[in-house]
Amino acid sequence: MYQYIIKRVLLTIPTLFGAAALVFLLMRLIPGDICLVRLGGGGASFDPKALIACHAEIGVDRPMIVQFLDFIWGICRFDFGTSMWSGKPVSTEILARLPISLEIALLATSVAVSIAIPLGAISALKQNTWIDVFVRIFAIGGIATPSFWLGIVSVLLVLDITGWATGTPWMPPIDYVPIWKDPIRNLEMAILPAITVGYRYAAVSMRMTRSAMLEVMREDYIRTARAKGLINKIIINRHALKNALLPVVTLIGIEFAFLIGGLVVTEQVFNLNGVGRLFVQAVQNQDYTLTQALVMLTVAIFVFTNLVVDLLYGWLDPRIRFA
Amino acid sequence: MRRILLACLLAWALPATAAETPKRGGTLTYMIPADAPPSFDGHREVTFATVHSVAPFYSVLIRINPMNPSSPDDFVCDLCTEMPKPIDAGKTWTFKIRDGVKWHDGTPLTAADVAASWNSIVYPAPGVLSARASIYSMIDTITAPDASTVVFKLKFATEAFLPALADAYAFVYKAETLAKDPHWYEKNILGSGPFKFTTYELGQSISGVRNPDYYLKGLPYLDGFVGIYAPKESTRVEAIRGNRAALEFRGLPPSAEQQLRKGAEDKIAVQTSDWNCVNNMTINHKRKPFDDVRVRRALALAIDQWKGAPALAKVTNIKTVGGIVFPGSPLAATKEELQKIAGFWPDIEKSRTEARRLLKEAGAENLSFELVVRNVDQPYKYTANWVIDEWSKIGVKVNQKVVPTGPWFEAMRGGTFDVVSESACQSLVNPILDVQKFLPTNVSPQNYNQYEDPKQVELYEKLLHETDPAKVRADMRAFEDYTLDTAAHTLILVWWYRIVPYQSYVKGWKISPSHFLNQDLGAVWLDQ
Repeated sequence: MYQYIIKRVLLTIPTLFGAAALVFLLMRLIPGDICLVRLGGGGASFDPKALIACHAEIGVDRPMIVQFLDFIWGICRFDFGTSMWSGKPVSTEILARLPISLEIALLATSVAVSIAIPLGAISALKQNTWIDVFVRIFAIGGIATPSFWLGIVSVLLVLDITGWATGTPWMPPIDYVPIWKDPIRNLEMAILPAITVGYRYAAVSMRMTRSAMLEVMREDYIRTARAKGLINKIIINRHALKNALLPVVTLIGIEFAFLIGGLVVTEQVFNLNGVGRLFVQAVQNQDYTLTQALVMLTVAIFVFTNLVVDLLYGWLDPRIRFA
Repeated sequence: MRRILLACLLAWALPATAAETPKRGGTLTYMIPADAPPSFDGHREVTFATVHSVAPFYSVLIRINPMNPSSPDDFVCDLCTEMPKPIDAGKTWTFKIRDGVKWHDGTPLTAADVAASWNSIVYPAPGVLSARASIYSMIDTITAPDASTVVFKLKFATEAFLPALADAYAFVYKAETLAKDPHWYEKNILGSGPFKFTTYELGQSISGVRNPDYYLKGLPYLDGFVGIYAPKESTRVEAIRGNRAALEFRGLPPSAEQQLRKGAEDKIAVQTSDWNCVNNMTINHKRKPFDDVRVRRALALAIDQWKGAPALAKVTNIKTVGGIVFPGSPLAATKEELQKIAGFWPDIEKSRTEARRLLKEAGAENLSFELVVRNVDQPYKYTANWVIDEWSKIGVKVNQKVVPTGPWFEAMRGGTFDVVSESACQSLVNPILDVQKFLPTNVSPQNYNQYEDPKQVELYEKLLHETDPAKVRADMRAFEDYTLDTAAHTLILVWWYRIVPYQSYVKGWKISPSHFLNQDLGAVWLDQ
């Protein structure tokens, strides 16, 4: 088991280096100049000498190979440098945004899991009944509805309903306060994005749970369990659901990893100062160092989540052994 | 009868005046419609996000009158005691600095700080970025002969000097700090303005509290402020509607104004102004057939600005037809003057007939080209769609290519474009410096039209060095006629229009022609 974990962790090193080299090259293939975006983006005039000073200051006037070696050497020391845009350490920029993204990802996952697994299982057990039809419509609705649209509509609905009910429209806060400082204000801000993201997430997981359950319920060991006279509740909970959860756990793992840095549009809609929004800013501003670090973070999260999912397999299905 | 009317008017006006007595207290929450600025240093940054974030913390030497910010030339002192009269034929300007001004750390502010700040702007130290140093080409020296006097000596007298001095970014920094570390102000804040810096939540918000030692007694009225970065327009509109924030100072499109006012006319107030930002079509003179002035003139003549402007104003932030100078400026062309220039003729049929004739004469009857458009809705995409339709009316086919900001700049700098939809957004209305953008590329690298033209430079130099207002105006007309008509170097389209809807309890703020101006919040108060 430990050997397996060590092997998997070691395998992440070439993965991360490959990703680093790729993102370094791809970023520089995009036409544009961070200094020009910074000085001229607003349409105002600027001194041409400032452009030269800016290039020198952030080091983009150095040969590409020097910049690449500098970047790789930084990774080896876990130093991702400073943001070319703000001049602040990349770690500071990311750490400031990570709590909100993590919180939304956790809340959305909680929403998704608490809806998807029971409803998916019920839908499979009640196949082709009105319950199944309702759950499937609910799931298809979640997949078909973009989270950002749902986000905008939900905020407008809240504004309209509160305006109609109280005469004063209310909306969730637009600035983040950590949960330990003000839990109510924090949840006021986080709950709508968590629900809107969680709905789509739940819909995907629900369909996966349903199809996995349908498959498992037709397995020989379920028939055997029934033949042995086990009560239905035990068959479902202990034998069927646990086995059916294998692909669902994989899906939840991938979705969770995606949510950390992938809530690009949702974070914009709710004005969440998270990692997804930072990603957009970094790419738009052509902030190479920050984008590189964010890609590395995303790759690391995916690799780590996959590892956790693989380990969970062993717990869910004892037949799986790590060698 | 007249007395009755007067009495009625007074009766209507007096309660309003009484209601306008400023109240002290409260915290203003506003949105900054952008991502957080790269730094807090006004001397190095160009984005309005820096001004909207930190202007309340700083003082400047002079500024546009905060009670009359629509005026292009009503300058008042901030740190100085009175507006000086120049001597030495307009080449020496001596400013007396207020006594008793304190930095937020309690130490006194002197003329040495003002001189050091201005020297840092005009003559930045090696490795220090000063975004607007080039506009101060008229300044020779800045000295502080004593603790309360700052002297600006100019290389030549020009009408452009005073407005340039009132630049919204020209924050006064502490000389001692600048000497120790000229980069200190990029990440730190220490000013002498109406508010003291309290917190900055990285990328999310910035806040300040009242400066009790502020030198303008009785100000500021607010206890404090919070500025929240909110780049997405729908979020900002919803936040104002839900009163999570009282306003944003930059400006919203007409649709947002309508959305906010619908059913809340008593709660939402609106201020509007012409905006010192203009759309222009940048034509690559190095590419055929755009090296031919007839083709460039034809493109200008095809566009019906007089009809297009009011229609566009219903959906976008653009409204006013103008030439190369901000329409509200005394240096701007009158309608009659403007209508003599290609692209502004009153008879559009005559104009388009001439455009077709010019294209035929230039052998470009079946002209087709690519228009590079920045991937920003307001107003780039709207403007682009409009002109493409206008050009189609003279048989010109245009392929629109919408690209993000980085590649858009890259195309302009590299000259790898036919025509680009662009805009020029300036701070304080200072036409003599604002038009520098349209000087030939070898003089103004931000003019991406890719041409050289000594005649145009000669016209500008004459304008820059003229001090008689009447002659300055005449020189500006000559420069404008040459740039837009004779040489048709660029196409000036409709000027922007600033619409700021806000919660009506916000008082004391007055709109100006630039979203960079009047942002220190000193006179703002809350009627609640």
